[in-house]
Amino acid sequence: MEATSAGAMGSPRPDVYRKQRTPRSVGEAFVKIAPFLIAFLILDGVLIALVGTPAIRILLLAAAVLTIVFVGISLLFGRETAIRVTLLAAALISVLTTTGIVFSLLQETVVFFGEVGVGEYLFGTKWTPLAGGESQSFGVIPLVFDTLYLTGIGLLVAIPFGVGSAIYLSEYASPRVRRILKPILEVLSGVPTIVFGYFALTFVTPVILKGLGLEVGSFNALSAGLVLGVLVLPTIATVADDALTAVPGSLREGAFGLGASRMQVSVRVVLPAALSGVVAALVLGASRAIGETVIILVAGGQTTNLTLDPAQAMQNMAAFIAAASRADIPSSGPEYGAIFAVGTTLFVMTLVLNAISIRFVRKYRQVYE
Amino acid sequence: MADRVTQEPDRREREARAATSGAPSTSSEGQAAPALQTEAKGQRPAAGTREAIYDLDDVGVAYGGVPAVREVTFPIYQHEITALIGPSGCGKSTLIRCLNRMNDLIPAAAVTGKVAYHGQNLYDDEIDPVQVRKHIGMVFQKPNPFPKSIYDNIAFGPRVLGMDGDMDEIVESALRRGALWDEVKDRLKTNAFGMSGGQQQRLCIARALATSPDVILMDEPCSALDPISTGRIEDLMLELKQNYSIVIVTHNMQQAARVSNMTAFFTVELDADEKQRTGRVVEYDDTEKVFTNPSDERTEAYVTGKVG
Amino acid sequence: MNTVPEASLSRKAVERASSGQRTKDLMFKLMLLLSVSVGFVVLAALMLDVLVDGGSRVSLDFVTSFPSRISPENTGVKSALIGTIYLMILCAVFIVPVGVATAVYLEEYANRESRLSRIIEVNIQNLAAVPSVVYGILGLAFIVRGPLGLGPVLLAGALTLGLLVLPVVIIVAREAIRAVPSSIREGSMALGATQWQTIWKQVLPGALPGIATGVILALSRAIGETAPLLVIGAATFARFNPEGITDRFTAMPLAIFEFISDADTEFRSAGAAAIIVLLALLVVMNAGAIFLRNRYERKW
Repeated sequence: MEATSAGAMGSPRPDVYRKQRTPRSVGEAFVKIAPFLIAFLILDGVLIALVGTPAIRILLLAAAVLTIVFVGISLLFGRETAIRVTLLAAALISVLTTTGIVFSLLQETVVFFGEVGVGEYLFGTKWTPLAGGESQSFGVIPLVFDTLYLTGIGLLVAIPFGVGSAIYLSEYASPRVRRILKPILEVLSGVPTIVFGYFALTFVTPVILKGLGLEVGSFNALSAGLVLGVLVLPTIATVADDALTAVPGSLREGAFGLGASRMQVSVRVVLPAALSGVVAALVLGASRAIGETVIILVAGGQTTNLTLDPAQAMQNMAAFIAAASRADIPSSGPEYGAIFAVGTTLFVMTLVLNAISIRFVRKYRQVYE
Repeated sequence: MADRVTQEPDRREREARAATSGAPSTSSEGQAAPALQTEAKGQRPAAGTREAIYDLDDVGVAYGGVPAVREVTFPIYQHEITALIGPSGCGKSTLIRCLNRMNDLIPAAAVTGKVAYHGQNLYDDEIDPVQVRKHIGMVFQKPNPFPKSIYDNIAFGPRVLGMDGDMDEIVESALRRGALWDEVKDRLKTNAFGMSGGQQQRLCIARALATSPDVILMDEPCSALDPISTGRIEDLMLELKQNYSIVIVTHNMQQAARVSNMTAFFTVELDADEKQRTGRVVEYDDTEKVFTNPSDERTEAYVTGKVG
Repeated sequence: MNTVPEASLSRKAVERASSGQRTKDLMFKLMLLLSVSVGFVVLAALMLDVLVDGGSRVSLDFVTSFPSRISPENTGVKSALIGTIYLMILCAVFIVPVGVATAVYLEEYANRESRLSRIIEVNIQNLAAVPSVVYGILGLAFIVRGPLGLGPVLLAGALTLGLLVLPVVIIVAREAIRAVPSSIREGSMALGATQWQTIWKQVLPGALPGIATGVILALSRAIGETAPLLVIGAATFARFNPEGITDRFTAMPLAIFEFISDADTEFRSAGAAAIIVLLALLVVMNAGAIFLRNRYERKW
């Protein structure tokens, strides 16, 4: 057995493990940073001269500034601190995103409300923002109504079938069946919405609905709403299934032991126990349905109808935003502002729904922990 | 019947003596073994010339304001094995983690007192804990090899510390010092997870050795291992003692008696007014003395098995 | 021997109740099976519909021709496919560093109790629930117009989509990082490695399979999105390939949208064919993710 002398490092002298000394003065720091600064300015200048587009120049400048800041902090406070600051900066991008969303929405919305009164927007019952002259109207109620109506049709499909699927998956299905069915739900939730839009337009409307003898327009709310429901079904099913499977097995065993049937156990024991989680699933599904664009845009139509007739064309808030931003409208004025006002409305609605669902999720987690 | 009775105290005394000299407790085993063990445990220099590498002065640790261990004061000597023993929850692991500033990793932990290492208080404001850990190695209760090859496990420390030299040589040297080279030399590039528990722990020891530390801290290194692996690691510890200093926390009294030179006995005290359980050191002395003739009755109760 | 009339009576009652209950049970189970089959049936119908409508149109020509406004038989998706692939690459370049950095910060550096961490976490949760159109508005206001003023170009599209799927990457990366056991970190730190060295050399490599899977899933979501691209003004019809990141572009979802919105329903089969191409791309990506997960996922 080899016997090496005590350590290549030798008997450690105490000052070996002192921290790196920070520079004594700004002057010393500057002297250290200056060469990097000069190098970067030169490099940046060269790149800008070569590439030239203003956008790219800004990006390169930003990159250069960030690098200099990193090196500077690194020299002043140590590399670990510089890394920590960089990571924090990356994490703040998400905060910046939210700020950006709020700012971009509010800025134009405020301008919009300057031109079109808040009252007219919130309480008006005619939504024809892109019409010319006299018939132009900015009352958002029909649009909100259509959005909720379409969501309602969707939820009529998604809730029973979604919760039903969840109950089946969690209470009835064997592990093998689960292994097959859950991926199917995952696949369904991975299908791009444009494909659903195509399906609604070219299959559900002509084949199913007309096949059933219903008199519907080529663009109709029923078709769009039904497919919207199918889009949202996997979300509800998955989240509800999570909530149901989280219920401890001991509750079920107790009920079975008393002689209850599987249906009774599922509906009277497990479902109530998981109720807050299931409600969270429903709210999440509703939130997704409200914000869905393409299915409605493709299959629902371009008009906003304040009607209960599902055979009519309908448009929701998200579809309006997409349609209007493609239309030939000037970059200012009430038509443009309407896009942002509707965006704000939609954003607020989904935010509220999301907050509600988080509340419910928290409640159901607490019960078991 | 009578013979049996008189034989009992004899046997116990023999066991205690055997424990001190490191021999297995069945005294009929070869007499050569105890002699070797005694040698391995060490010709200790006379008391005055021992160099203390650590000097703990009123060290205490509190988690979130609740004290876990307090008033720990004793030296730790170079080229010796120092054992920290005592029942669960008396702060042995907490204390050993102070020796290389691993308690820094727990945000709620607050360390008071002075941990002098070669005269330098490790908890001074100016001390960089990362630098400290380069000189002090640690082996944990559950073997924790990295999910890499055996070679990369050993090489990680030297690479990260920027050690010069031929990495192949450094790895081989560490594995030899860790008594693992012969077993793994043909499969250095295989994943460390493929090793048995005992081998993994020896890998962790070799990994700690690769950075050529001054001290090796071991927090119950054998508690997750079978007796044979435990024995091999204890043999390894006795070899390593020549070149390193070792501090070991152990639940196993016999292990402490077998390998250590000095033993610190910890116990939990119930604070009458505060209703808190805090650990403290009751006795710190030569292992032989702690196990055969302890000064404190609590120590005696523990080492004779009266108290768990 | 005692006959117990009450017992036999109640036994009959239980039996009667049970048989009624059993019928109810069966009905219930059938309803549940129906629910489950809805998803399956719709998926099958969807696939069939698309395949029937567009299967015959998919060909090498289709994938290598530019779209045509005049001739439904000769139209193709070359520009859209190239655009989608460029978008995917640019998007990845953005979301991987930012997403992983955010996840590392939140898991390894942040003090969980501090207000800043809580703000960041709440933010990410909210962003995950914002409808994709709103991201389009954000892109329009800040990236296409506004301060960056890039115009409806590849970089703008990639950044907009990147911001949309960033929460997905962050959430998945956090889980992958959390899965790495703390004993690995302790072992590394005890050897004298710094926090960053530990993260870079132990934690991230250990979390890499999970992160890679998550990134692929995020990208498959990104390239399927239509709404944000519509809002930022990307073209739905382009007879050119983008050359650089500041070039205008089109993408597969947009091309599909154009095909099926065209008043001339002749183009619909081209739309179906384009859908098949897009779905094929997604299948490949997701299969890759599953392969990665099965092959490299570490069970700690």
